[in-house]
Amino acid sequence: MGDHDHKISFFERWFMSTNHKDIGTLYIIFSICAGIIGGLFSMLMRLELEQPEVQYFLTAAGDIDGQMWNVIITAHGLIMVFFVVMPGLIGGFGNWFVPLMIGAPDMAFPRLNNISFWLLVPAFFLLFASALIGGGAGTGWTVYPPLSSSLGHSGMSVDMAIFALHLAGASSILGAANFITTIFNMRAPGMTLHKMPLFVWSMLVTSFLLVLSVPVLGGAITMLLTDRNFGTSFFNPEGGGDPILFQHLFWFFGHPEVYIMILPAFGIISHIVSTFSQRPIFGYLGMAYAMVAIGVVGFVVWAHHMYTVGMSVDTRAYFTAATLIIAVPTGIKIFSWIATMWGGSITFKVPMLWAIGFIFLFTVGGVTGVVLANAGMDVQLHDTYYVVAHFHYVLSLGAVFALFAGFYYWIGKMSGRMYPEWMGQIHFWLTFVGVNLIFFPQHFLGLQGMPRRIVDYPDAYAGYNMISSYGAYLTGIATLWFIVVVFYTLFFGKKASDNYWDVQPQCYTLEWSVSSPPPFHQFDIQPKVK
Amino acid sequence: MDNMNIKFWSVLSAVAVTIMLASFPAFAEAVDWGLGLQSSVTSSGDRIGNFHDMLMVIITSIVIFVAVLLVIVMVRFNKKSNPKPSKVTHNVLLEIVWTIVPVVILIIISVPSFKILYKNDRIVEPEMTIKITGYQWYWGYEYPDNGGISFNSYMVPTEELKADQKRLLSTDNVLVLPVDTDISILVTASDVIHSWAVPSFGIKLDAVPGQVNETWFRIDKVGVYYGQCSEICGKNHAFMPIEIHAVSKEEFKQWVVKAKEEFAFNVFDIEKSNSVMPIKLTALTNN
Repeated sequence: MGDHDHKISFFERWFMSTNHKDIGTLYIIFSICAGIIGGLFSMLMRLELEQPEVQYFLTAAGDIDGQMWNVIITAHGLIMVFFVVMPGLIGGFGNWFVPLMIGAPDMAFPRLNNISFWLLVPAFFLLFASALIGGGAGTGWTVYPPLSSSLGHSGMSVDMAIFALHLAGASSILGAANFITTIFNMRAPGMTLHKMPLFVWSMLVTSFLLVLSVPVLGGAITMLLTDRNFGTSFFNPEGGGDPILFQHLFWFFGHPEVYIMILPAFGIISHIVSTFSQRPIFGYLGMAYAMVAIGVVGFVVWAHHMYTVGMSVDTRAYFTAATLIIAVPTGIKIFSWIATMWGGSITFKVPMLWAIGFIFLFTVGGVTGVVLANAGMDVQLHDTYYVVAHFHYVLSLGAVFALFAGFYYWIGKMSGRMYPEWMGQIHFWLTFVGVNLIFFPQHFLGLQGMPRRIVDYPDAYAGYNMISSYGAYLTGIATLWFIVVVFYTLFFGKKASDNYWDVQPQCYTLEWSVSSPPPFHQFDIQPKVK
Repeated sequence: MDNMNIKFWSVLSAVAVTIMLASFPAFAEAVDWGLGLQSSVTSSGDRIGNFHDMLMVIITSIVIFVAVLLVIVMVRFNKKSNPKPSKVTHNVLLEIVWTIVPVVILIIISVPSFKILYKNDRIVEPEMTIKITGYQWYWGYEYPDNGGISFNSYMVPTEELKADQKRLLSTDNVLVLPVDTDISILVTASDVIHSWAVPSFGIKLDAVPGQVNETWFRIDKVGVYYGQCSEICGKNHAFMPIEIHAVSKEEFKQWVVKAKEEFAFNVFDIEKSNSVMPIKLTALTNN
């Protein structure tokens, strides 16, 4: 990173950073660390569920510790959503590659970028501390009152978890405002919206979803906070409040949130499929506007998470119809990726393996979503392991696959060093087999009626739970292997050339025009797009 | 020859399907290695089961279709077999097709979907009503049409299980219901949200404090059926099951007589009492 007149200290560079690439790196490191912690929690859960009866979640006196179980499942959900997938995809890859792809020297508001990251760290510590103080927040990541109000959780834990979400939410909103400004105002001359790379499109749509939905979550949990501490009764029926109101507010945020997690993944997968097929993305405009459509429709389907709460039948019918519609733009994306590969000249490098895995597994997760969309059907499956399988197929095997795909695709660009191909291949295959072993049998458990979030299950569910747990151990091994790959790459990886994937002109994006790693400040001469 | 082949395969697949169906006997409860829904014993559950069968055909075909396309792409269009990539960037007709076809499939799904939604929702004139209340961590049942029998139902702890009882599913007092009767259930909760769910009935309804939810079912078969709380409700969420004994109408009448004595302590006589819920009122004054 040669061409600089100023030398900055380690502390200045990493703790006071205003450079989008350094902040992106911080986000990625943070996401991997949080992912390991969240993954450890899921290992604990699968360890407990491997066999019927409670073996590990016991109090000192030997009684079943259901509260600790609930705290672990809650922490797993919140960590994976707010501290792994979002920081990884949006803060990490978004920060790194949005400015590079649009030919900008940095983000629009570099200091805002810094504070977005540094709000996330105390948020994570608050969440972690909430598990250790006052019994922990065992509410599920959905924090439904009255379980989350002082009736269900009288200690300080839920208050701390709420503050953690406030900070994480503020961090996301600031980051999103930064992305919107950057993308609208700092594109290189000639790069119209319709020439913008799809990853940038995905970040633009995601940012709009964030600024429109996260404040609603902020409002809802603030009302919960005042219910808990200042005697209001927004969600307390004895004071004229309504617990269902919280669920509406939560899911008005929560449903766009799942698209916030998957849209950047769509963007990354598009680039990888295009690069390794040596073809421009098929139906570019359709792909861009499919994401916009998913974003818009994603705001009017929230109550499909609430089919069993006792909403009127007409309301459920509306949400069924609206939810089914989302399958259309999603289908467009799947078919366009396949059409991009069709007629291509495909090389199966590690990022492409993750991308193809993503397309197939996302399809599996997508079709179970169509099943769950039907209010009449959902009555049978709501809050069972079928739902757990569904959302892990789209998030754990979708968004997380995209995280790994992006990591292998861009690690050469980010670090200047290549990962060894064989090491990445082993990581992919271990993970692919592992996660499918975990989550595919969970469909059967759900159909058979096993409820979510239970520490012990009736004996008939033992078989598939055992397989699921073995899958989790395999995935755990794959994750340890990934850590080995990361360190090997950073210290012993071969040097990466500027355009190490040999990205063809028809698939080209501007990050391949700079060195690997890029200079501290790129684009001293503003690039022009034809 | 071709005809012979087709015939052979169709016979073979018919045999295969029969064997598959026969090897999954219907159980109205969860079974080891069960692959599908628990078999249903109510009309609501039957409708859901049939709809799910249809959905399974559709979603399995979609997944197979996508998988086949991916395999074709990987075999025919890898670097070796296709060194020169095509230059096509879009195809309007193709894009219209892959927008319209999913829409048609969704319409096909939505018709039965709305049908079961509305049919399973409510019943105009139930023959009998049961009131269900969720507590941390047990269920309370009331029979307002049968002299106000009322009792609570706790899980039987593992060490007290009898031979015919199931771990985590059996309860001390079971909900006894008559078959062939349109039963309406009113569900609420007194502390946090719970959810009353019985998979073999096709029923799941949240128990929300401050709100009474309603749905209905009609049990076709005498038997023992189980369910579990399906909304996280605190530390013993996994330990508040639902056990239902569905009996003939005749047996139900006999049970009512017996239950009135057995649960006499809890019974309040609706005819004689002016206050609707004397127990709740005392609770309030205690506060």
